[in-house]
Amino acid sequence: MNKPKVNKDLKLPTNFDELMIGGGNGVGVLATVNSGFRTFHPVFDYNKCVRCMFCWIYCPEGCIDKTTVDPESGKIMLEVDMDYCKGCGVCANECPTKCISMVKDGDDDE
Amino acid sequence: MSRKAFLSANEAAAHGVRLAKPEIVSAYPITPQTTLVEKIADFIADGESDIDYIMVESEHSAMAAAFGASLMGARTFTASSSQGLLYMAEMLHYASGTRVPIVMVDANRATAAPWNIYGDQRDTMSQRDAGWIMLFAESGQEALDMILQAYKIAEDPEIMTPVMVNLDGFTLTHTYDVVEIPDQEEVDAFLPPYKTDYKLDPEHPLTMAATTGPDFHTENRAQQQLAMEAAKAKIQEVSDEFAKMFGRDYHGLVEEYRCDDAEVALVATGSSAGTTRIIVDELREEGKKVGMIKIRSFRPFPKEYFHSVIDKFKAVGVIDRSISFGAEGTIFQEVKGAMYGSDAKLGNYIVGLGGRDVSRALIKEMFDKLFNMVNGGEEEEVQFLGLRW
Repeated sequence: MNKPKVNKDLKLPTNFDELMIGGGNGVGVLATVNSGFRTFHPVFDYNKCVRCMFCWIYCPEGCIDKTTVDPESGKIMLEVDMDYCKGCGVCANECPTKCISMVKDGDDDE
Repeated sequence: MSRKAFLSANEAAAHGVRLAKPEIVSAYPITPQTTLVEKIADFIADGESDIDYIMVESEHSAMAAAFGASLMGARTFTASSSQGLLYMAEMLHYASGTRVPIVMVDANRATAAPWNIYGDQRDTMSQRDAGWIMLFAESGQEALDMILQAYKIAEDPEIMTPVMVNLDGFTLTHTYDVVEIPDQEEVDAFLPPYKTDYKLDPEHPLTMAATTGPDFHTENRAQQQLAMEAAKAKIQEVSDEFAKMFGRDYHGLVEEYRCDDAEVALVATGSSAGTTRIIVDELREEGKKVGMIKIRSFRPFPKEYFHSVIDKFKAVGVIDRSISFGAEGTIFQEVKGAMYGSDAKLGNYIVGLGGRDVSRALIKEMFDKLFNMVNGGEEEEVQFLGLRW
């Protein structure tokens, strides 16, 4: 997956001088994950996936990644950044082959 | 050499903008602000200014464009009034929260309904908590001078807060007076170009106005308050520096007029300060110990000044051209709060709404009421004066 990850080394400001004005910050700063309110998460069936990219384009969080390619088949293996997936299910709803199922967080597949 | 000209406060403010040399002006016309932004367009058309003028489709866009330009590190100006100010309200908060040093003029005007295009301060006071520094000018000359001071205050690295310069609609914006227009070289010496690292720059990328959650939002707001508190000293410092360079002293946040031995004082803003000044002189001729307190900076509010005079006067009246319905005049609430613990009698006079003249007779009536209280008479604390019945 070619996406920035949560920056665990990020040093948060400790006083007003370090706090950038106007709610600003640097770049590439992913201070926290944003998925704590998720109930369900998407799981792909790659055998049924036709790589139409509907899920990739519809995802409101932009958290579906298409950069991983299976070396054997040469096919794109769509992946979800679970740090930022909010579990809305839009991807599963839009998928024309219904290859995405919404699975409850904490169930066995994780 | 500076030169003198016969100008309305809107035109004087436009000269102030021309001399401050902003890179961008974005504006949408509205009475009584129109002649200000038209005059800036004239300067550009006549080749006297090379400002990029963005004509926008609404006031919301006017402030959004000014916001974007300011994020790019450009000195930026806009102006509006009344309904226009209300329409740009969302972006007012964006500008102050992002700490971009936009300077704008608000030509103070009534807000609808009932529809009215004339002057009062209900538009600007409705935006009291938008996080802007709010200054009030008394004359065309002060309007011009205040624009120059406003940029210097707003762009200070310790302040970085937008400034709204308030001009009473028509009473100032459309009233002509002799104004001294300083030289460009003089102004350049006072107000150097805006330079900042706090801007969008591909070489030094930065995220501005990001989301801050409950973990940092309170700190962001406390930081804004710190800047506003720091602005008190900065407004004074800039006022003093201006006085030294241009010979016109506006006394910072507050001007006391003949207050030294005054028993009774009236608090005024904007054009009503000019009328009050005259009445103070008249009553002094009669031997009455009266004075005026002119508020130039409403945000930050000169709390320390008012606290310092809690034992100075026997009575203090506040002229308000706006009212917070169900409470009191907007300025009165704050003066009263800052004078907590004072034994002085306090009175609040709501006048000049929707363009009604704040006449000399009304100001005299206010002083009469204050003296009545000093002499043991009873007065309602908040009064509409000059009502038809």
